[in-house]
Amino acid sequence: MKGDLLTVRNLRVIFHTYRGIIKALNGVNIWINKQERLGLVGETGCGKSVTSLSIMRLIEEPGEIINGEIIFDGKDLLKLSESEMMKIRGKEISMIFQEPISALNPVFKVGYQIAEAIAHAENVSIKDAYGKVKDALEMVGLDWKRTMNLYPDELSGGMAQRVMIAMALVTKPKLLIADEPTSALDVTIQAQILKLLDELIKEMGSAVMMITHDMGVAAEFCDKIAVMYAGNVVEYAKTEVIFENPLHPYTKGLLKAVPRIGRTEELEGVPGMVPDLVDPPPGCRFHPRCSERLDICSSEKPELVEVEEGHFVACHLFHGGVRA
Amino acid sequence: MNLIEVKNLKKYFPIRKTPFSKPIYVKAVNDVTLNIPKGSIFAVVGESGSGKTTLGRTILKLLDPTSGKIFFSGQDITDLKPKEMRAIRRKMQIVPQDPYNSLHPRKLVKDIVGEGLKIHFKMKSNEIYERVREILGYVGLREEHMFRYPHEFSGGQRQRIAIARALVLKPEFIVLDEPTSALDVSVQARVLKLLKDLKKEFSLTYLFITHDLAVVDYMADKCAVMYLGKVVEIGSKDDIFYRTSHPYTRLLMNAVPSVDPKNKKDKVIPKGEIPNPINPPSGCPFHPRCPYAKSICKEKEPDMMEVNEGHWVKCHFPL
Repeated sequence: MKGDLLTVRNLRVIFHTYRGIIKALNGVNIWINKQERLGLVGETGCGKSVTSLSIMRLIEEPGEIINGEIIFDGKDLLKLSESEMMKIRGKEISMIFQEPISALNPVFKVGYQIAEAIAHAENVSIKDAYGKVKDALEMVGLDWKRTMNLYPDELSGGMAQRVMIAMALVTKPKLLIADEPTSALDVTIQAQILKLLDELIKEMGSAVMMITHDMGVAAEFCDKIAVMYAGNVVEYAKTEVIFENPLHPYTKGLLKAVPRIGRTEELEGVPGMVPDLVDPPPGCRFHPRCSERLDICSSEKPELVEVEEGHFVACHLFHGGVRA
Repeated sequence: MNLIEVKNLKKYFPIRKTPFSKPIYVKAVNDVTLNIPKGSIFAVVGESGSGKTTLGRTILKLLDPTSGKIFFSGQDITDLKPKEMRAIRRKMQIVPQDPYNSLHPRKLVKDIVGEGLKIHFKMKSNEIYERVREILGYVGLREEHMFRYPHEFSGGQRQRIAIARALVLKPEFIVLDEPTSALDVSVQARVLKLLKDLKKEFSLTYLFITHDLAVVDYMADKCAVMYLGKVVEIGSKDDIFYRTSHPYTRLLMNAVPSVDPKNKKDKVIPKGEIPNPINPPSGCPFHPRCPYAKSICKEKEPDMMEVNEGHWVKCHFPL
C-alpha cells in the first residue's frame, strides 16, 4: 500500500456544520506510482473531491484534516508550511476541474491567465512568461493568436478545458489531478479531450489521479482504479481486474448499474441510499445496503487488505486475505 | 397506430442585436418529421444544442411551433387555443431534466403531485389525498413523504416525485427530458427500471430525450438522432445500433467510452465542435466534422432517404 510518487495513509477529514460533524473521509488509503494513472470512482458525496482537495491542501474552514499523512515525493504535505505548499501547487501537482469555464477568471484574458500560471511556477515575471503562452496553447491544439485574446465566456466548454489543460501541464507537473474533467462535455468533445490528455501525459511522463463517476472514462483512461464509498476506499486494483473480477459487493453493484451499448440483461441498482455522513452507519459504512453482510459488518470497520497480488479490498468477506 | 405524428415541424427563435434591428433566427428545430407508435419508447439523442429539448417542448405545445403540424391520437393540435388545449394537456405530460429546479421549494409533495388533479378533475381534497397516496406507492415513495418539502429528498427521490406528478393525471404520453442525467448510475438504473415498469402498468408512450446512447439501447424501441435542429437518422433501435447509416451516428457511438477495458481500440474521433446554430454550415450541416465529406456535401443538403424499411437517413453517402 505504498506508491513511489504519492501515498495517502489513513486520511481523515471532517466538516463542522450546524447539523453536526460530517465525517467525510474515514481513513482513506490510496497510492500512485510515477507515471501511473489512477481512477478514483464513486458516486456523489463519496469523498472523491475531498480526497483530491486534501492532497492539494485546499481544505478550508469549516473542513479539517484531523488525521493521516500524504507523502508526495518523499515529503509529508500535511507538515509543510503554506509557503512551501505554494511551491508545490501548480508546479509539481496541478489540477483541472469539472466546470472549466467557471474555473477561469472571467475578467482576464486567457493569455494573461496562462502567463500568470507560468510565472508562478517558474518564478519569472509575467512579461517573461508570455513568451511561453504560445507553446502552451499550441500544445493543446488551439489557435494561439486568437485564443490568447479571448475572455473565458467566449470559449466553448471544450476550448475552455483545453485552456485549463494548457495551464496545468505547461509546468510539467509530476502529478495531475483531474476532477471530472469531461463530465460537463458532450461525448464527442469528451473523446477529443481524453485523447489530448492521453498524448500529453505520455509525453510529459506525469502521473494522473482522475476523479470520475463514469466507469467508461475510468476504463479507457486509467491503469488502476480505486472505488470509493462513503469516505472509504473499498477496492483498489488494476483496471482490468476491477472490471473482470470485482470483489467488493459495492463495486459489483455499481458495475451492474452501468448501461452499456449491446448489453441485454436488465440493469440493477444498489438498493437503499448513500448514508448521511453526520451519522454514518457503524462498522462497514456499506453494510445497511449490502446483500452479503455478516454479523461483524455492523460493528467493525473492515481494513483494506491485499487479497491477491495488487488487488485490495476492504470487506469482512475477505478477512485475512481469503474469502470467508 | 401512431399516438404522436409530427410533420415538418419547425421552431425558430428570433434573436436581435438591438431591439429595433431585423431579427436573425436560430433554427432550433428545423423540419422534423416523426411518428411515435402507441405504447413505444421513442428516443431522441443528440449533443447539447442539437434541439432535442426544444423538439420535446414544441410537441407538447409548451412552445408554439413556427410551422408544421402536430397530431395527437389523430387530432391536429397545432392550432388549438389554450382553452381547447387544456383537455389534451392532461394526456401529455413532461418529466423535466433537473429534479433540483423543477419542484416548487415551498410546496409539500402532496400539493406538488396533487395540483393537477385539482385543476383537471376538480377533485375534493380527500379524493386528491387518496389518489396521490396511491400514485406515490407506484413510484416507490410512502405516505409519510406527502408532508415533506422537496429539499428533504435526494435527487433520485425528487425525480420520482416529478414522475408521480406526471403520472397522477393518467396521461397517455410522457416526454422524459433527460430524466436521469443528473443522477448517479446506481440511482439511474433504478429510475430507468421504474420508468419501464410504469410504462407497462399504465400502457404509456414515451418520448425519451437523452444524450446517452447506452441508455437509448436499454430503453428505446425507436430512435432519432438529431444534429443542429435536424433529424439525421431515424429508425428502430437495431437499425441505429447495428445497421448504422449516418456518419454522425457512427462517430457518436465511437465516442462513448467503453466499459470493457480490453476494448481500448483506436477510435475515429470527430474533429471540431458542434457549429454555432445561428450560422450553420452550408449543405449538409455535419460536413465540416465528417470524415467522409466530399464536395457535394458542402453545396447540397441531402434529402431524407429510406435505406431499409422504416430506416431513414439524411446523408449523400450513407455507410
